[in-house]
Amino acid sequence: MSGHSTYEPKSGFTRWLDKRLPIVRLTHDSFVAYPTPRNLNYWWTFGAILSLCLVVQIVTGIVLAMHYVPHVDHAFDSVQRIKRDVPFGWLIQPIHAVGASMFFLAVYIHMFRGLYYGSYKAPREVLWILGCLIYALMVATGFLGYTLPWGQMSFWGATVITSILGAIPFVGEPIQTWIAGGAAIDQPTLNRFFSLHYLLPFVIAGVVVLHIWALHEVGQNNPAGIEVKSKADTVPFTPHATMKDLFATSIFLILFAVFVFYMPDALGHADNYIRANPVQTPPEIVPEWYLLPFYAILRAFDFNIGPIDSRTAGVIAMFASIGVLFVLPWLDTSSVRSMRYRPAARQFFLIFVVVSCVLGWCGGQSPGRVLTQAGDYSGTVRWAEGGQLIEQPIAAASEAEYPAASRAAVSAMRERTEMLLANNSPEGGVLRAVIGGTPRSLEVRADTREELDEKMSEAKRGAFSQGAPFILVDKNIPFEFTVTRLSQLMTAYYFFFFLVLLPLLGLIEKPNRVPDTIAKPVTGQAQGAS
Amino acid sequence: MAEAKPADAHGADGETRRDFIFIAAGSVAAVGATATAWPFIDQMNPAADTRALAVTEVDLSAIEVGQQVKAIWQGKPVFVRHRTAAEIAAAQRDDYASLKDPEKDADRIKQADGEPGKAEWLILQANCTHLGCVPLPSFDPAYKGQFGGWFCPCHGSDFDTSGRIRGGPAPINLRVAPFVYLNDTTIRIG
Repeated sequence: MSGHSTYEPKSGFTRWLDKRLPIVRLTHDSFVAYPTPRNLNYWWTFGAILSLCLVVQIVTGIVLAMHYVPHVDHAFDSVQRIKRDVPFGWLIQPIHAVGASMFFLAVYIHMFRGLYYGSYKAPREVLWILGCLIYALMVATGFLGYTLPWGQMSFWGATVITSILGAIPFVGEPIQTWIAGGAAIDQPTLNRFFSLHYLLPFVIAGVVVLHIWALHEVGQNNPAGIEVKSKADTVPFTPHATMKDLFATSIFLILFAVFVFYMPDALGHADNYIRANPVQTPPEIVPEWYLLPFYAILRAFDFNIGPIDSRTAGVIAMFASIGVLFVLPWLDTSSVRSMRYRPAARQFFLIFVVVSCVLGWCGGQSPGRVLTQAGDYSGTVRWAEGGQLIEQPIAAASEAEYPAASRAAVSAMRERTEMLLANNSPEGGVLRAVIGGTPRSLEVRADTREELDEKMSEAKRGAFSQGAPFILVDKNIPFEFTVTRLSQLMTAYYFFFFLVLLPLLGLIEKPNRVPDTIAKPVTGQAQGAS
Repeated sequence: MAEAKPADAHGADGETRRDFIFIAAGSVAAVGATATAWPFIDQMNPAADTRALAVTEVDLSAIEVGQQVKAIWQGKPVFVRHRTAAEIAAAQRDDYASLKDPEKDADRIKQADGEPGKAEWLILQANCTHLGCVPLPSFDPAYKGQFGGWFCPCHGSDFDTSGRIRGGPAPINLRVAPFVYLNDTTIRIG
């Protein structure tokens, strides 16, 4: 759209049409003669792949909507009916389900490409923000669509996500009720989610038009990250970009087909083949793989931050992790676009990619899972064999004086024996102690907390069977490095990268020499060789 | 038409009058747009038939000591728990333990009208106060949990025999469902 149009209508009809609706001219200028930088690599083919993904989702989605019933009693069965009874439903339903995953796979590659080559920097800020908007709409659409099969994961995923909105201070619960259309996820929720799931792809298509418009206004970025300076820097979109896009799309479709035909359920969760049950939560609730990194960020906050409770903090962090992308153009202070010429930033970017993947892994794990621990789990069980049991009530005049009275009673008893146990309660505390007898103890070691608990219980049973009136237990749990701890470290790096590294590196990093023009490194060598 | 001097037609302040009309018309349009938008927003709130499902009655006579029944109230599960004497004792003892959301057991068995309840019946909204999962009964040895009440499988919140939060990410105790005793063996939730 920038520059002079080279379209010349050939036939009488196209000349006639061009005067009235220059649609052929628009297509020619945008997708045939449009100049693209001549150094684009295969990372630049994902725009075309994503357009195809959107078309596939809309086409298969419209077909599915002809057979799907958005009712709590029929939704689950109607999806099964599509897969079993509807002609070619076995093909179309998995294309839609796998297609969602493929869409996200492609969009993540597209976004990482934009990050690496600085495609968000001036003058492409609006282009980048529109892209972030498309991504946010995709997340919403994906979430709504995942609810529709009305399996266990559908239902409980929807419950957890709407509860996330409920964590917003003051207005959260009315919003939650407004979204669900009732006190819980139920028929009204399913019905509106279906309606909105049908709507949003067309909103996405609209924003995609804006995205492409903005792209054609400012021109494509390129691996060198320098602006097009002359005609020598570009090649026409057709055939160069067209053929490259078609080739990459074919490769992508092979991967797509492998999933559709050989492992259509590999990317989903088995629990979604169980009908939704509002009174039975599945043993673990995990979102689809493409939302796992954000789920890990949500769960990383198991501590309160001042007046912000842990749940709200997690919700804020999760929204911030996407929100930070919108302001990225103003966070990166470097004047060099492509990380090809930014030796330090490139290293931190690669770490960022790994961190994002690790976050995804964390999101799929049980948060309490212990990855490694500092030392052994050990415990001691102590009891007395024989001796005389004393039971002495602890009394105090008022509830406030009780703790002091209890402490005094315990320290008085400690003069006489180490084997004592206080059951505290202001209504009638009891101090129990064994005087005399043979002190016995048993030490146990274990590799896991469960194993330790089991061994301790066994030791306790042994002590009681020897007639001990009570036992004393010491547990030594080493520092445990859990999935939650790992998520916290990864979350910290995620935000550190955007909020500290990118602003700082732009100021202190010394970039490598950037080529003068796009054409020079590409055509210059070829000329030298010939 | 003969004399074209509209600015002066109503004195020197003709422009101000035109501005007023613009602002007034704009205000009416804004109010109209809001009034039109509101029905389209409010239609998503719970419908009358959904709100009418707001009351559930539960017959307690069929629930043995140590049993729990999940009643459905407003589409959400409610734990109706017949506690054992040991569990009641543990709940009352822990009134003085270190609690994230301190609450006495006696306050958690109260009826909605403020009348005292019965210690053996605990009526709780079954959705975890973290993100809404239904916790599993940890009084059943088949499930995890350290406090003999409920354990949420989603994010590991651990509740005691009074439904109070003792460990994990849930910010507050399991909510007591609003209920009243209709007679000795029937309660009404809602």
